[in-house]
Amino acid sequence: MNQEIFTVSISTENNVGLLNRVTSIFLKRHINIESITASESEIKDIHRYTVVVKTTEEAIQKVVKQLEKQVEVVKAYYHRSQDIFTQEIAMYKISVDNLYETDCQSIIKSNGGTIAAVEKEFFVVEKTGSYEETKKLYDDLYPFGLMQFVRSGRIAITKPKMLISELIR
Amino acid sequence: MNAQISKEIPVKTTIKTTGADAVIQCLLKEGVDTIFGYPGGAIMPIYDALYGYQNQLEHILTRHEQGATHAAQGYARVNDKPAVVFATSGPGATNLVTGLADAMIDSTPMVCVTGQVGSHFLGSDAFQETDIVSISTPVTKWNYQITKAEEIAEVFAKAFYIAHSGRPGPVLIDITKDAQFAQIDFSYEKCKRIRSYKPVPTTDPQSIQDAADLINHAKKPMIVFGQGVILGKAEVELKELIEKAGIPAAWTILGLSALPTEHPLNVGMVGMHGNYAPNIQTNQCDVLIAIGMRFDDRVTGDLKTYAKQAKVIHFEIDPAEIDKNVKADVAVLGNSKDTLAEILPLIEENHHKKWHDEFVELDKKEYEAVIKNDLFPTKEGLTMGEVLKEINNVTGGDHIIVSDVGQHQMIACRYAKFTKTQSNITSGGLGTMGFALPAAIGAKKGVPEREVIAIIGDGGYQMTIQELGTIFQTKLAVKIVVLNNDFLGMVRQWQQLFFDKRYASTEMVNPDFVAIAKGYFIEAERVSERGNLAKAVKKMIDHDGPYFLEVKVEKEGNVFPMIESGACVSKVRLK
Repeated sequence: MNQEIFTVSISTENNVGLLNRVTSIFLKRHINIESITASESEIKDIHRYTVVVKTTEEAIQKVVKQLEKQVEVVKAYYHRSQDIFTQEIAMYKISVDNLYETDCQSIIKSNGGTIAAVEKEFFVVEKTGSYEETKKLYDDLYPFGLMQFVRSGRIAITKPKMLISELIR
Repeated sequence: MNAQISKEIPVKTTIKTTGADAVIQCLLKEGVDTIFGYPGGAIMPIYDALYGYQNQLEHILTRHEQGATHAAQGYARVNDKPAVVFATSGPGATNLVTGLADAMIDSTPMVCVTGQVGSHFLGSDAFQETDIVSISTPVTKWNYQITKAEEIAEVFAKAFYIAHSGRPGPVLIDITKDAQFAQIDFSYEKCKRIRSYKPVPTTDPQSIQDAADLINHAKKPMIVFGQGVILGKAEVELKELIEKAGIPAAWTILGLSALPTEHPLNVGMVGMHGNYAPNIQTNQCDVLIAIGMRFDDRVTGDLKTYAKQAKVIHFEIDPAEIDKNVKADVAVLGNSKDTLAEILPLIEENHHKKWHDEFVELDKKEYEAVIKNDLFPTKEGLTMGEVLKEINNVTGGDHIIVSDVGQHQMIACRYAKFTKTQSNITSGGLGTMGFALPAAIGAKKGVPEREVIAIIGDGGYQMTIQELGTIFQTKLAVKIVVLNNDFLGMVRQWQQLFFDKRYASTEMVNPDFVAIAKGYFIEAERVSERGNLAKAVKKMIDHDGPYFLEVKVEKEGNVFPMIESGACVSKVRLK
């Protein structure tokens, strides 16, 4: 079966150690986590983990069932990209020497990046978008010498309803 | 109106006490009367509190924390009382891991309580500090670290609820020493619901109808039941289904004893060393009805060739088991007792005599090739099978058999007769050598009125042999049978069959087991002649008190039938 990228959203109680329990389920099946974020959700005391993995659909179906089996997991879903709106945020630290280079400026502009901070020795470009978009800006800025690059985990909003409030009622 | 509501709210009595005392109070509220454990620095306040409740709570001091976990497992599996384990931090806690893993894979409810270093020491690599919450995460249904005494009541209530509800499992509570010392206002309320947790899934009525339709139209139906029947207390419903529809029923190692051995439709064990007929017929049946079992690889062999011709109905409480290994055509989610009761009225009376006769014919083949030689050997060496036969002769099958792991375990499951449920205690999923001796202690403690016989190999026996000390101290009348072939027999069998007889590190030079038992003041005997076996077994069972019997069996005996690892079930070998 083909390996694909899946985004897994997991609604959980907000308890110490739960992240460990959740990641151990991926570990048990030897699935590498490409990115992970944890945040509050729209429901009080319910947190949402968004995990991106590359695996087969059969494997992710089984993982999602194991996730849901955990006492403090309310619900878990896996999605393909067409079922979700996703964003990632990336930051690029570049030497201040390039700040007024017209090439550099136009690359940032054409990629929809913004300058988030300017310091004496460097400036920081910020870009929110898909993995492909932040990757493109990375490739374009690379020749200018990236002093640092960091990209957040994916966050996702699902197109279908998630019914979490109903489940915990 | 308000007055009415307040009447319905139970009055909570609050007392001022320490965290350690609160722990004991929680156990009492949950109906605990026995604890298996081992004290140490970080759990001393709890043990000190326990000292004041000696007439309400009995503490069984095992000789190793692993022994405490297996004893608790044995206790939990023979009755419905909550099983509790105490251990200290660090090595005390890590010694629980094997028992937790065993209980997790075999769905055994158990509440383990570990002491932990003071909360201000956490993360500082303090003396006997270990991160047991992280270590135990994959082998617990739930775990929690208490750092504030105020959390004790709620966490314990949750722990007992989680361990015993739905598909049962072990939980672990780690309590820092300062939380044990702290003064709190304590009151207790049992947990009835956790919003993120649904212990029993909703049964889709359509699935019941679909399953009934498949069963009613089946020409060659076969049932395979597992421990889910015992955990769900569905023995009566299972028997009714089997009898009403006339379906041959086979069992997994953990399903054993849910249906009496002598039941005419009991067709034996499936899996690697199971019976010939049910393994062959797995790939002949048209409807395979799996009840409370999880298609372990030791049951299925090669999944690609497993029951491909059959429609599969899977009765199961844990949705994560559906389609995990074998795809279900109809999944009936829910507690086996409820779902079987629901389907029964829809089932048409039937018998499948011709189909059942096929099992009988195949049984004859197995009898000639294997069973006859196991039970009525003509060669000189004693077989493991004849020891089980003698035990059956004396007890009539009214016994609890606690087996360890290896050849003797397979022989015990194949040949022990059972007349009552919850009578076969063994480490099925994890295959933990050293399980049986402490598990037998727990089983005897759980149902002292029943005959508890531990069947152990010479290898596994020496993994937890120190628990003879627990038997001596508690005077629990456990009967211990060591089937000694001076080999790690199952591994040796594989070496013989698949590794060209290269017996790498499987031969054991053993001590005088009888002398060791006698060192613990346990009556003991060794048998190596067939002529003395029956008398020795009878003497052991008649003995009032613990007893040790060593039987010197044939050194290179093999267990058959056998499905080679990863082979197709229909390729079951008789030699």
